[in-house]
Amino acid sequence: MSAFTGLLRKEGLHILRDRRTLFVVIFMPILQVVLFGYAIRTDISAIRLAIVDPSPDASTIELRNRFAATDAFRLVRVLPSAGTLDRLFASGAIQEAVVFDNDFANRLARGLPARVLVVADASEPNSGSAMQSYALAVIQGYERDLATRGGGVRILSEARMRFNPTRASSNLFIPGLIAFVLTIISALMTAISLTREKETGTMEILLVSPLKPIEIITGKVLSYVVIGFVSVLLVVAEARLIFSVPLRGSLLLLLAEGLLYTLTSLSLGILISSRTSSQRVAMIGALAGTMLPTILLSGFIFPIESMPWPLRAVANIVPAKWFVIIARGVMLKGVGLEYLWHETLILLGMTIVLVAAATRSFRIRLA
Amino acid sequence: MTPAPNAAAIEAHELTRRFGSFTAVDKISFDVAGGEVFGFLGANGAGKTTAIRILTGLLSPTSGTARVAGHDVYTESEAIKRRIGYMSQKFSLYEDLTVSENIRLYGGIYDLSRETVRERTARMLIRLGLEHAAGTQVRALPLGWRQKLAFSVALLHEPSIVFLDEPTSGVDPITRRQFWELIYEAAARGTTVFVTTHYMDEAEYCDRISIMVSGRIEALGTPAELKRKFGVDTIDELFVRLARVTVGAA
Amino acid sequence: MTSAVTIEGLSKRFGSTIALENIAIDVAPGELFGFIGPDGAGKTTLFRILVTLILPDAGRATVLGRDVTTEIWELRRRVGYMPGRFSLYPDLSVEENLHFFASVFGASVAEQYDLIAPIYDQLAPFKERRAGALSGGMKQKLALCCALVHRPGILFLDEPTTGVDAVSRREFWELLDRLKASGLTIIVSTPYMDEADRCGRVALIQRGRILGVDAPARVAASFGRLLFTVRAAERYPLLLAAREYPNAATVFPFGDVLHFTDRRTDVEAERIARELTDYLRGRGFADVVVNEAPPTIEDTFMARMGEPEEAA
Repeated sequence: MSAFTGLLRKEGLHILRDRRTLFVVIFMPILQVVLFGYAIRTDISAIRLAIVDPSPDASTIELRNRFAATDAFRLVRVLPSAGTLDRLFASGAIQEAVVFDNDFANRLARGLPARVLVVADASEPNSGSAMQSYALAVIQGYERDLATRGGGVRILSEARMRFNPTRASSNLFIPGLIAFVLTIISALMTAISLTREKETGTMEILLVSPLKPIEIITGKVLSYVVIGFVSVLLVVAEARLIFSVPLRGSLLLLLAEGLLYTLTSLSLGILISSRTSSQRVAMIGALAGTMLPTILLSGFIFPIESMPWPLRAVANIVPAKWFVIIARGVMLKGVGLEYLWHETLILLGMTIVLVAAATRSFRIRLA
Repeated sequence: MTPAPNAAAIEAHELTRRFGSFTAVDKISFDVAGGEVFGFLGANGAGKTTAIRILTGLLSPTSGTARVAGHDVYTESEAIKRRIGYMSQKFSLYEDLTVSENIRLYGGIYDLSRETVRERTARMLIRLGLEHAAGTQVRALPLGWRQKLAFSVALLHEPSIVFLDEPTSGVDPITRRQFWELIYEAAARGTTVFVTTHYMDEAEYCDRISIMVSGRIEALGTPAELKRKFGVDTIDELFVRLARVTVGAA
Repeated sequence: MTSAVTIEGLSKRFGSTIALENIAIDVAPGELFGFIGPDGAGKTTLFRILVTLILPDAGRATVLGRDVTTEIWELRRRVGYMPGRFSLYPDLSVEENLHFFASVFGASVAEQYDLIAPIYDQLAPFKERRAGALSGGMKQKLALCCALVHRPGILFLDEPTTGVDAVSRREFWELLDRLKASGLTIIVSTPYMDEADRCGRVALIQRGRILGVDAPARVAASFGRLLFTVRAAERYPLLLAAREYPNAATVFPFGDVLHFTDRRTDVEAERIARELTDYLRGRGFADVVVNEAPPTIEDTFMARMGEPEEAA
């Protein structure tokens, strides 16, 4: 056998005998196809819709029924007035609202242009304009049908984007970006730093010293917490100054939640590093276990609502998902804890569990 | 494949290698005859590894000349690689391949026919007592066996010179001596053995030795000659005497 | 306290590999005690158990009177440990490393300076150099300082001279002698048989088992048979010929001579030497010289270790 063939054969044997490489080569592509195939969806479904119908009659009811009939929408509220819309948008209960003008039916009957207002929650990327177009499509369909039935009908629809009127994409990405940055610094760098100590052998000496495990971990990660914090401030400052991203809520709340999320990521990083002594493995583990879910399943770029239910279920255990909701809420919607307490509590719970697991996993001995 | 006895296997004349302003190898000159067992000694950082890299065709010198197995180190490094064998303490065989797979791989790399590989493998395994371990992965073998196997594999293509870099580090005393008997056997067959080691008693097993200090060769000759010349009883003492001058310049 | 270290029935295995099997040893305070054995003998595993880094599977051990499995925090304050490879921070300077390890133990370099002074003085000219840029010998000295800086009651050094040149090795042992003189108990492991002679007592260890414990001279003397050196100009042919001598028990190369033992235990040395000389002269080695010689620790080790390990 020639030298080159021998070399090829050897490489093949290495791959077959190394379970980790095998896993990456076979399992990862499958996983990624599933994830990307299902996560990247530009079509929307089950948009939570509220209809404000101050003077209901046959025509408004017919239009309402059309909305209710399509899969694209899920009618969650029918309201007599627009007063509660703000609150519903703020809490995320609805993503879109269709507001009939006061005398919609009258004007329609008299052949005058009747007005409908479509408001969409544009703090979610991609969704804003899509939701809008869907609503407009239903309305225009109705308009056409009315026209064929007889008489000039004109429905004037006006669309507004809530929370992100200019639909600036930077507004959409920045909150998710904060999560991303914190994940890298807290999870990835921590995992690498801890395993580097193991690789160089200095961890042995630290363990034999009077230092308690909690001291070793805290000493290591505190600097990363500070760095993470500084990064968050930098990202927010850049966002405000360069891209004019709004910060409608409390900066303090944002930073506090950021700190909470940092702790969550740190614990994840520590957990990952406790399972291996190799920096390389720790890095791959951190990438697969934190960054990938953060990008794909946090709602950072791809809307979670459009994913099939198994992925939506998995997204619920990705801490980044909850933090993105919080960050968007604070920055774009300007809401406070009164709306975000639910997500904050979930994040808090995750953090406590992870910190406990991480501390326990950090052994006081080598074996 | 074996050269005429006593033809110079390695000739180095004022061989020098500089890295920027640092001179790792400083005008070393020595010859190694065919079939000799030559001990190349020196402290870590004395320049041994750099010199070996030059002689094995991995690094080109800054100045001076050297010929290995009749080939020039500047212009014929590929030819040198084909004619020599190499084994180091840090790496010898692929741990996740079996004994036979390793042998077959190296056979292929050096372009040996399947017949030849098969025949030589059988002979090697019998000599080492490893016939029943042909299908065992190398990582399951104890250290001493691995080193002996690695040495034999380095000789598979019957090179005229074999370079050994600290081949017996950390190995138990009996296996160490078995290893050296393999070296003696190879030398008796005409193979030149160029070996470095930190065990000073192993220096005594060599026909001739050289000691490098700070890039220069400070001693060259048979162990007996050198002990007489410097008035010491053991090579260890000789080493200490030569190296002590430069310690402190860490 | 009567013993600095007590070990009873200590065993440890990793998967299917037995690392330590039924180890039992006592070390008195102030001893310079050596564990002599090649790679894989179990030295590092034993040390890690004694400094509380890993748990044994069976048996007990106490260091400075404290159990290594249950009283680890008291022990960790009092033990000095230098692990096998260089385990300091390569990107910190000599000084920074020392100060860090001092602080970890709540000590300060200033307070403990007298203890480390003889060693640190050799490093002082390089105190601002990054530890990663030091030579092997200097690294070992720095690691020793860092292990001593908190004035431990006992010092564990795992292969401190491996990979270090002969001169630095000697200097290191001179430092150890000085430390011993100050009363410190020092436990060292090494694969170099010649370093065994510098210890007060040694334990020969191979493949997880202790082959013998005693003062080096007595270990060597316990060889139990007559030993001869055989010298001639042509070493390899001499080796082969000697092996073919019908009365030969073991023939091994040892530097510039061979070490020979005879099968017969009831014959005096003179006769053995004469008969061997005659045989070898008859084989063509006119210049052969055979002398009785005192056995070394290495001879004893090789005799006790039996066959080198099975390949599979």
